[in-house]
Amino acid sequence: MEFLGLINYWIVIVLMMTGFYIVIAHDNLVKKIVGLNIFQVSVFVFYITMAKVEGGTAPILAEGITTYSNPLPHVLILTAIVVGVATTALGLALVVRIRDAYGTIEDDELENQEGES
Amino acid sequence: MGFMAVIGFAVARLRNLFAVVMLTGIFSLTAAVLYVLLDAVDVAFTEAAVGAGISTVLMLGTLALTSSEERVESTGGSRWALVLVVVTGAILVYGTFDMPAFGDPTAAIHHHVAPYYLEKSGQEIGLPNVVTSVLASYRGYDTLGEVFVIFTAAIGVLLIIGRPQFGRRRSHRMLVGELHESMRTNVILRVVSKLLIPVILLFALYVQWHGDFGPGGGFQAGVIFASGFILYALIFDIDTARTMIPARVTRIFLCLGVLLYTGVGIAGFFMGGNFLNYSVLAATPVSGQHLGILLVEFGVGLTVAAAMISIFFTFARQEH
Amino acid sequence: MAALFSSHLPALQVVLALLAAPLCVMLRRPNAAWFIATAVTWALLAIAVVLLGRVLDIGTITYALGNWPAPWGIEYRIDLANAFVLVLVTLIGSVVIPYARASIAAEVEEPRIYLFYCMYLLNLAGLLGIAITGDVFNLFVFLEISSLSSYVMISLSRDRRALVAAYRYLIMGTIGATFYIIGVGMMYQVTGTLNMVNLATLIPDLVDNRTVMVALAFLSVGLCLKLALFPLHMWLPNAYTYAPSAVSAFLAATGTKVAVYALARILFTVFGGSSLIDDFGLQEILVTFAVLAMIGGSAVAVYESNVKRLLAYSSVAQIGYMILGLSMASVIGMTAGLVHLFNHALMKGGLFMVMGCVFFRLSSVQVEDMDGLAKRMPLTMAAFVAGGFGLIGMPLTAGFISKWYLIQAALEKGWWAAVAAILISSLLAVIYVWRVVEAAYFKPPPKGAAEVGEAPLSMLVPMWVMIGMSYYFGIDATLTLDIATGAAETLLGGVQ
Repeated sequence: MEFLGLINYWIVIVLMMTGFYIVIAHDNLVKKIVGLNIFQVSVFVFYITMAKVEGGTAPILAEGITTYSNPLPHVLILTAIVVGVATTALGLALVVRIRDAYGTIEDDELENQEGES
Repeated sequence: MGFMAVIGFAVARLRNLFAVVMLTGIFSLTAAVLYVLLDAVDVAFTEAAVGAGISTVLMLGTLALTSSEERVESTGGSRWALVLVVVTGAILVYGTFDMPAFGDPTAAIHHHVAPYYLEKSGQEIGLPNVVTSVLASYRGYDTLGEVFVIFTAAIGVLLIIGRPQFGRRRSHRMLVGELHESMRTNVILRVVSKLLIPVILLFALYVQWHGDFGPGGGFQAGVIFASGFILYALIFDIDTARTMIPARVTRIFLCLGVLLYTGVGIAGFFMGGNFLNYSVLAATPVSGQHLGILLVEFGVGLTVAAAMISIFFTFARQEH
Repeated sequence: MAALFSSHLPALQVVLALLAAPLCVMLRRPNAAWFIATAVTWALLAIAVVLLGRVLDIGTITYALGNWPAPWGIEYRIDLANAFVLVLVTLIGSVVIPYARASIAAEVEEPRIYLFYCMYLLNLAGLLGIAITGDVFNLFVFLEISSLSSYVMISLSRDRRALVAAYRYLIMGTIGATFYIIGVGMMYQVTGTLNMVNLATLIPDLVDNRTVMVALAFLSVGLCLKLALFPLHMWLPNAYTYAPSAVSAFLAATGTKVAVYALARILFTVFGGSSLIDDFGLQEILVTFAVLAMIGGSAVAVYESNVKRLLAYSSVAQIGYMILGLSMASVIGMTAGLVHLFNHALMKGGLFMVMGCVFFRLSSVQVEDMDGLAKRMPLTMAAFVAGGFGLIGMPLTAGFISKWYLIQAALEKGWWAAVAAILISSLLAVIYVWRVVEAAYFKPPPKGAAEVGEAPLSMLVPMWVMIGMSYYFGIDATLTLDIATGAAETLLGGVQ
């Protein structure tokens, strides 16, 4: 088992789980979105880590270079980054409206208020 | 990467939301640096602009409109969350055991679809930046979807908070007003930004057209272009900034970009190609590809710039 | 001209909806936007029917976007299973959109209505894009288009609880999408491709690969979040309850159904050629949760006094039926699951439309406020009874057909517990349908109740069309059954 080759992935997993934890364990709505961001960025790092080829360079064709890193994950992640920011924007917009409507952005306070509605 | 882990933990523990948001920005920037180290230059560029830039600005905007301190919460509920997270993490680690080692050039991932792009895109599309070739042509349909995602977000934000009648508007205008006062009187900021903003806009145009040859392209260009306007709005006057690009104009460009992209796709029909086939658009396939990619990237840049500007202003002024 | 477009119908199926969205934004008028949305949806229905016809004639259709052959480019791949889904989604849209004109005008603020239709078109495009694609990453992109637009549409209600419901759905939905992406990444890492057919040929050689197993787990969990399988259903009740009525009707009838299709596609087409599904015990896991969903969902519905929430929990139970059928991995089971997908969409869509009419007149969906409503709104409440019969599974309704097939499939496999669960949940359905019927027909109107009349014709007609279809397909189910059986065979047959 090539531990050294896998260590990178493990650190990324730790990052992912940190983000995931923040999303589910914290009550503050903005913090949840922050956690979601961290989770997503970590997944992107995971993809890019797998794209790297030892001894390769950025996938821009140039004279004299024969080894390139894999361009496909780059493309996928570019798309995913944009999707991520779109989600963040919408999430934050909802938080602003929720604050206006309820006066709080803590999830448990929201639940209490909802019980009365 | 260890640095990023530290930041991640800090974010989890900190309660001052302003600090949390700043740290998230740093997290993104660190990721961008990591991407450069991993040869993913286009991605690094986009992550820096979009992740560290736009996301942070939006979060700060949200904080300005809500509260900046997270309340102390009970630890009871977090126990099962911790369990869930540990279990998920363990499953993921289990999954890594059969993964190829980091950087291994013989891994399957590098041997199926990817070599085709590296080998053939030079002939078929003729652009040095393989990421652009794949993004705008081979997998151009995904990119079309992505532009529509941005479009959806911009319209969505408009729908969600774009109304003048939201309660806190007055107090918020005061808050932003205070910020403005301090920034308006700061000479250094004003002078430097007046110098920088035209440069930023020019740089955006450069990035837009140069994306075929180096890192860059529509997304990065659109974000940079928008940031020029956002910078102006932050340092000077939001209302003046808004009159330079009124809502009507951003709306039109927002739509124009996606319509351009889709239009290029449909144009292929009339020449006998499928949707988004660029090869048929000009005399030779390669020049057709160049033309197609040029146009769609421009469409992307238009919509992204308009979307970012629109989202920022909608947050800042809660307007239509 | 027609011939020119005719060869590009697969692309147009999604692109037309995408094109129409910015048009709505540019026009800025609510009526124009509604008109575009209706015209485009009906055109899309026509396209979907033509495509279904073609698939029935000649078999699987493929379309290479950009003319780049798969796996280097993205391809659309239409077989019976997704042609079926395409028709379903566009059909629901075609009936709900005319209804939405009055309903949305009453529930959403006027200056935003034109943007609402833009969102609807984007959602439609997203759903169709998920159904039609043959590329796993492309599926993600369109999944997000449909999800993001759903979050926005749900939040548009005047009720502030819709905002929180939308937010929670956003968080859970994004977690689901991220899990899906993790799964896709892992699959890509060990195979090097994103094309579904390609993956299907490469996976059987990798059955022992732990990465593949974990990938399967993440893909499944991600999609199960989207289709609201118990216990990942938590976003659904509030989202459906507080969204504007037309949105509830449309989403309840389409969103989760497309996610079920996506799960089936991943499990059976992509992973189907291998033994992974059996090795993994995935079948048992899915069945357990399906049964829990069926009983749990129905049980909670019994206690609900907010009728929309009652219907939402009923949906959780009905999704359990679909997953039960799916997990059987037998032709009859899959057929039952797919037929129920279709039938439930019609019934639930119709029922939510009923509640939309009720809300239109009463501004409330609490069962207490509906006392004696049958006298004042006879056509509406009759529709409720009709739809309710379908949920219970009375003969002559489409609901009966699906339950009948499900029971047969379960008997064939000897799954007695499942049969019991189907029967128990049907009994529970009787109870919760009865609660509403009793209030409307047998209780006197509350004192000082408003003098309300029937809902407007523009809402009544589509509603009855929807309910009517559920009876048509209950009485003559040959069309749906044939297509569903064909679809099931295609899915289970793996990749040819």
